[in-house]
Amino acid sequence: MAQPLVKKDDDRDDEVDYSPFMGIEKGAVLQEARVFNDPQLDPRRCSQVITKLLYLLNQGETFTKVEATEVFFSVTKLFQSKDIGLRRMVYVMIKELSPSADEVIIVTSSLMKDMTSKTDMYRANAIRVLCRITDGTLLTQIERYLKQAIVDKNPVVASAALVSGIHLLQTNPEIVKRWSNEVQEAVQSRAALVQFHALALLHQESFIPFSENFGIRQNDRLAVNKLVSSLTKGSVRSPLAQCLLIRYTSQVIRESANTQAGDRPFYDFLEGCLRHKAEMVIFEAARAITELNGVTNRELTPAITVLQHFLSSSKPVLRFAAVRTLNKVAMTHPMAVTNCNIDMESLISDQNRSIATLAITTLLKTGNESSVDRLMKQITNFMSDIADEFKIVVVEAIRSLCLKFPLKYKSLMNFLSNILREEGGFDYKKAIVDSIVILIRDIPEAKESGLLHLCEFIEDCEFTYLSAQILHFLGIEGPKTSDPRKYIRYIYNRVHLENATVRAAAVSTLAKFGAMVDTLKPHIFVLLRRCLFDNDDEVRDRATLYLNTLGGDGAVVQTGEDVKEFLFGSLDIPLANLENSLKNYEPSEESFDINYVPKEVKTQPLAEKKAPGKKPTGLGAPPATSLSTVDSYEKLLSSIPEFANFGKLFKSSAPVELTEAETEYAVNVVKHIFDCHVVFQYNCTNTIPEQLLENVTVVVDASEAEEFAEVVSKPLRSLPYDSPGQTFVAFEKPEGIPVVGKFSNMLRFIVKRLIQVLVRPRMME
Amino acid sequence: MSFVKRAKSNSSIAELDSNLKNLKELCPSIKNILLLDSEGKLIAVKYYSNDWPTNSAKETFERAVFTKTQKTNARTEAEITMFDNYVVVYKFVQNLHFFVTGGENENEIILATVLQGFFDAVGLLLRGNEDKKEALENLDLILLCLHEIVDGGSWLEMSLNSPHPPNAVDNHNMDAGAPLSEQTITQALATAREHLTRSLLQ
Repeated sequence: MAQPLVKKDDDRDDEVDYSPFMGIEKGAVLQEARVFNDPQLDPRRCSQVITKLLYLLNQGETFTKVEATEVFFSVTKLFQSKDIGLRRMVYVMIKELSPSADEVIIVTSSLMKDMTSKTDMYRANAIRVLCRITDGTLLTQIERYLKQAIVDKNPVVASAALVSGIHLLQTNPEIVKRWSNEVQEAVQSRAALVQFHALALLHQESFIPFSENFGIRQNDRLAVNKLVSSLTKGSVRSPLAQCLLIRYTSQVIRESANTQAGDRPFYDFLEGCLRHKAEMVIFEAARAITELNGVTNRELTPAITVLQHFLSSSKPVLRFAAVRTLNKVAMTHPMAVTNCNIDMESLISDQNRSIATLAITTLLKTGNESSVDRLMKQITNFMSDIADEFKIVVVEAIRSLCLKFPLKYKSLMNFLSNILREEGGFDYKKAIVDSIVILIRDIPEAKESGLLHLCEFIEDCEFTYLSAQILHFLGIEGPKTSDPRKYIRYIYNRVHLENATVRAAAVSTLAKFGAMVDTLKPHIFVLLRRCLFDNDDEVRDRATLYLNTLGGDGAVVQTGEDVKEFLFGSLDIPLANLENSLKNYEPSEESFDINYVPKEVKTQPLAEKKAPGKKPTGLGAPPATSLSTVDSYEKLLSSIPEFANFGKLFKSSAPVELTEAETEYAVNVVKHIFDCHVVFQYNCTNTIPEQLLENVTVVVDASEAEEFAEVVSKPLRSLPYDSPGQTFVAFEKPEGIPVVGKFSNMLRFIVKRLIQVLVRPRMME
Repeated sequence: MSFVKRAKSNSSIAELDSNLKNLKELCPSIKNILLLDSEGKLIAVKYYSNDWPTNSAKETFERAVFTKTQKTNARTEAEITMFDNYVVVYKFVQNLHFFVTGGENENEIILATVLQGFFDAVGLLLRGNEDKKEALENLDLILLCLHEIVDGGSWLEMSLNSPHPPNAVDNHNMDAGAPLSEQTITQALATAREHLTRSLLQ
């Protein structure tokens, strides 16, 4: 639509980069926009200029406030033209420009005129634009027209009004709620899309309460139920509206009481939808059934049959949708999906790699012990075809499979070590190593072969991080095996052949072997002495340290437990606290005493997690893995004398926020379960700089938890600004039987205002 | 104590917000529609969600989706892929690449139907000359098409027939039987006819 150059046919050869917008520049186009001000408007020319402006906006060009205002004012002049094509472009342009409240006034009258125009297209578009740019006051003025539009004969106009209503619910819900009569009428419309939009609007309206009074909201929920009931019996025309109805029905089912007796309400409706003409409805219904709470195999069967048909469709979208849903079902009901195994196996060679990967991972979940070998063979061919991210998914599925069938560890472990040898990126290899580590930890018979596989891997590993982690792991597990000597060769080779980081790790590992296995000590010492001549200082330092502490004269002496603890025990002081204390330490007569470093862990803010579920930790690197949190809780609790005789910690819950996000004192609670006791650990944070809280306790009202008896409460002596602390309350509970109780918590403390910010109270443990 | 009061009012607002969010999630919605050329450069795009707030975020997404799908063959049937928690359905014709993106829990078949509608409409608008040059020359029609297919993420299907009397719209099959892409064709046919008339009169 730009000014085309005179084109001859041979110009087509160099049209590769030709574009009517070539060389387009914002300034030039804004100049061109002056034609909008002409008294005699040329609709073609104006349309062209608008197209160019829209193209610029599309490409990411921005207008300054001044430019946008100028363009907007010019565009408003175009309302004078009666040209239909131009008017449509004007509507699009106004929406794109998103004028501010004071600018909107200029077009309001033109748009309102259009809203009552005889031309349907004008009415529809004007409604859409007005509702998009308007504010509350204008809305009340045009409300009358909007209500009329909703029940307009022309479905185009009705849909425009309804969709605008849906958007307006976000900003002006009270106004939209007044339209419910008209919307109810629109639901009965014969036009499919009008019905769909009306249904959507009606449903959303029901959840906006007229007041905070819970009573009214409750009634509205019943209204939704009624709506769903009546519509599921009647005929809903458009497939899209049907899908919406299925979603609402699912919601109603979710919220209705769990009646164990008889069928679920509305299940018949969902099952009936499986026979609908439109594929989108069939799929929506099948998916809804699979997502029902506590769905039974009997309820699942018709849905799965339908999904199975989709698996062999010629349309990739259907195959994908079906296999993805079946994959989810296989997580909870693997038996229900086994009928589809044959179809799934043929999907392994699907052109669409996403589909193929989903098929494989589903098979890995539904496979039984006898099919494992066959599956492994198919997967081996498949792995070379797919990208790293898919490979990682497959690896994790294989890991779960092995944990399910531990007797098959040999073939699965071989498979893992084979793919470890092939090409691959860091994340992929890390995933494989993590899987092998988990298998070693959980399947005792697999330990020896697993460790050997890892040793072979580090001979040729390109990732320093992985080598170091594996060496560390070898140091823990190797000495416990029947013949630790096997691994020494591999470890010592690393000392010769690798970079400094790996060499240092290898030295530590050797020392661990020496410390744990007395028979190997003399050999280890020989090797460590050689390390004293290494190029790198860290390597030399470590070797020196180990030689001196483990008994430097080569005598075969049992290494003391405290030496082992010092060298290889974990540091229970959080590194961040250690760093802080070191920074604050001022050189003086008193030397730095590590015992004064607070052991209290700064609780992590509960960030929004997008990752689904928890994964078993492998070599456990970055943020708090489930394994290390459990360890730290155990240590923390066992260091408190009052809880010492509670026994072994069974489980700790995740932190639960007890306060809202913006409050002055933030508290979350971790519940620790022991055999006969429950300990509530309240992690408190003071966010007020000028305050210091002392004697912080939590008073727990357990009147609704009769089976529990409070035994001890451990106050937090001091809670300064921005330094989280913990206070504990322990309850006794009956052993063995499940008990439920409700606990109300109240934070009690003494507040001290700090006047001199320089005074920093010494932190004592 | 202000401490307690603040907490209470926050919770009711939060509850309302979450209700609204849940409801919006129930309604099928589109996150964006992209029309790129065979090198991944954009011809016409429309974003309907705030997931990509900056221009560079948008460009990154466009580049990523293009690279991911470049080597696949999506010319006979619409193809589908998933990445970054989005589902993308796409189709190629000549040097035009069409994409429709939805959230990861969206009904893939609905997305595919929107894609098909847009695809068919553009095909008709370009009168079978589906290539980049033709698309750019008719960018206004394509932008109009985008504007009228989806409104703010909700699938809005409007049949606008300016040369036709309003009743013509009712006569076209609007029942559950007709695939919705046919309605787009109705609209596109009308627009194409209009375009033809316009160019003849030039």
